[in-house]
Amino acid sequence: MAMLSFEKKYRVPGGTLLGGDLFDFWVGPFYVGFFGVTTLFFAVLGTALIIWGAAIGPTWNIWQINIAPPDISYGLGFAPLAQGGLWQIITICALGAFGSWALREVEICRKLGMGLHVPFAFSVAIFAYFTLEVIRPILMGAWGNGFPYGIMAHLDWVSNTGYNYLNFEYNPAHMIAVTLFFTTTFALSLHGSLVLSAINPGQGQEVKTAEHEDTFFRDFIGYSIGTLGIHRLGLFLALGAGFFSAMCILISGPFWTAGWPSWWSWWLNMPIWPVH
Amino acid sequence: MSEYQNIFTRVQIRGPAHHGVPVPSGPWSRDGQPFFSHLLGQIGNAQIGPFYLGTLGLCSLLCGFIAFEVIGLNMWASVHWNIILFLRDLPWLALEPPSPAYGLHLPPLAQGGWWLVAGFFLTTSMILWFARVHRRATQLGLGTHTAWAFAAAIWLFLCLGFFRPILMGAWGEAPPFGIFPHLDWTVAFSLRAGNLYYDPFHMLSIVFLYGSVLLFAMHAATILAVGRFGGDKEVEQTIDRGTASERAALFWRWTMGFNATMESIHRWAWWFAVLTPLTGGIGILLTGTVVDDWFLWAVKHGVAPHYAALYGSVADPAITQGGK
Repeated sequence: MAMLSFEKKYRVPGGTLLGGDLFDFWVGPFYVGFFGVTTLFFAVLGTALIIWGAAIGPTWNIWQINIAPPDISYGLGFAPLAQGGLWQIITICALGAFGSWALREVEICRKLGMGLHVPFAFSVAIFAYFTLEVIRPILMGAWGNGFPYGIMAHLDWVSNTGYNYLNFEYNPAHMIAVTLFFTTTFALSLHGSLVLSAINPGQGQEVKTAEHEDTFFRDFIGYSIGTLGIHRLGLFLALGAGFFSAMCILISGPFWTAGWPSWWSWWLNMPIWPVH
Repeated sequence: MSEYQNIFTRVQIRGPAHHGVPVPSGPWSRDGQPFFSHLLGQIGNAQIGPFYLGTLGLCSLLCGFIAFEVIGLNMWASVHWNIILFLRDLPWLALEPPSPAYGLHLPPLAQGGWWLVAGFFLTTSMILWFARVHRRATQLGLGTHTAWAFAAAIWLFLCLGFFRPILMGAWGEAPPFGIFPHLDWTVAFSLRAGNLYYDPFHMLSIVFLYGSVLLFAMHAATILAVGRFGGDKEVEQTIDRGTASERAALFWRWTMGFNATMESIHRWAWWFAVLTPLTGGIGILLTGTVVDDWFLWAVKHGVAPHYAALYGSVADPAITQGGK
């Protein structure tokens, strides 16, 4: 059922971290495992709570549904369900689901004899989420500093939080993060293009290999990083984008409360300038 | 398994430098004696060079250099040729477009004319570079995917600095050249448009931008994870599937019930990266031309909630005192 032509020989038992062979099976194309069960538990519970939150809220409009964190006055305590308690439990469910998903990926990696790059990369994204919803609210003393769960609501939160610091684009970590986001997308377009251009050279032409790819990039910019190197570079850029995104919001509030444009006065005030 | 994560090349092998597959004979050939960098060899190929300049490359770099100089010299002139102030204030300095009063006319050089000159040479440089990428690919018998991906980036650049200003009727609508000034322009542009986050094409552009980073993380991590099976030989794995492709595909199939193929993941990658500036450019073109205020647009269409008015209404000073 739902197996690729070559799949059967790869479906071997073993490689699990927890639960032995108790959950070592597939459902359709999905591998289950102990962490598949916990993923399902947290994902279903969290989704149900979001739907409950929408049901007791003012609207079913998909854009406007908003499950907000507790008011700042609740500090780091628990809030009643309708006053942000739902947001707190949903956040726990999200972290449980994300963590379970990463560990399930580890089990699949072990089954297939693969490196652990994908679960590691995913854990950087989880770290960014954890920073936004747990670390920064704790450092600022209230869960109310987390972002709300809602399509337009979370955009409004980003907008408002940015303007709290006048112009968030002056945040140096935000600058690095944005640069890495753009650079990653740029590098992805170059990599995707190069591979497609070698495989699809045009009507009647032979498929090209790495020899042509390297020649093209050396002619183009004087350097070709190579078929292995581009994936190391891509992973580094992408994870850097996620990491610095977490850093740029972590320092805003806990470590810098003024507008970000004025942060740069250190540069103007350096003693090396002979003019003032 | 833990000792094999394939982050660095442990043993570098030095053969003779590869001078590249032959190019058709013409007035230009490849320049530079290739050499090796041990540091680069840690993560990718150690060989640097040779490089093919060509007529298009030469003209492109010349135009780019002229634009760079026009911008830099104007910034320097703006601090009265004081080199200390130039270095100290460089991140704040700008070459601004003409004031809106000039419309689409040619202003004096010092009132934004230089901005038009810089924009002209920068645009010419990029279009020549597009032609160069296209020609380098066809001369090697490769597809022209890289050139068209670059064209998508040029589209966004021209939407911001050329197409939208023409639709709005003033060069003054375009962004300035400068580090902090172009950030100020971006924030001011968003505020004036009632917050660009409510612009659906801005939403799409951000989705494709984040999606591109997500895709590259997923793809790069997958290929590195099957590196010991030769997963980085993507063209070979596309033509003749090996165990690296099979494991990479099964990893995602078992994780999320769906997998790309060795070729199709690069089609996903290309489209996500290309759609980022493509949708972004559309979002820019609609702003101020078709939609004045994206927040009010979103309220009208039920996307954003209607907030009760907490404060009394204030007359727009642009109406009471005139727009200029």
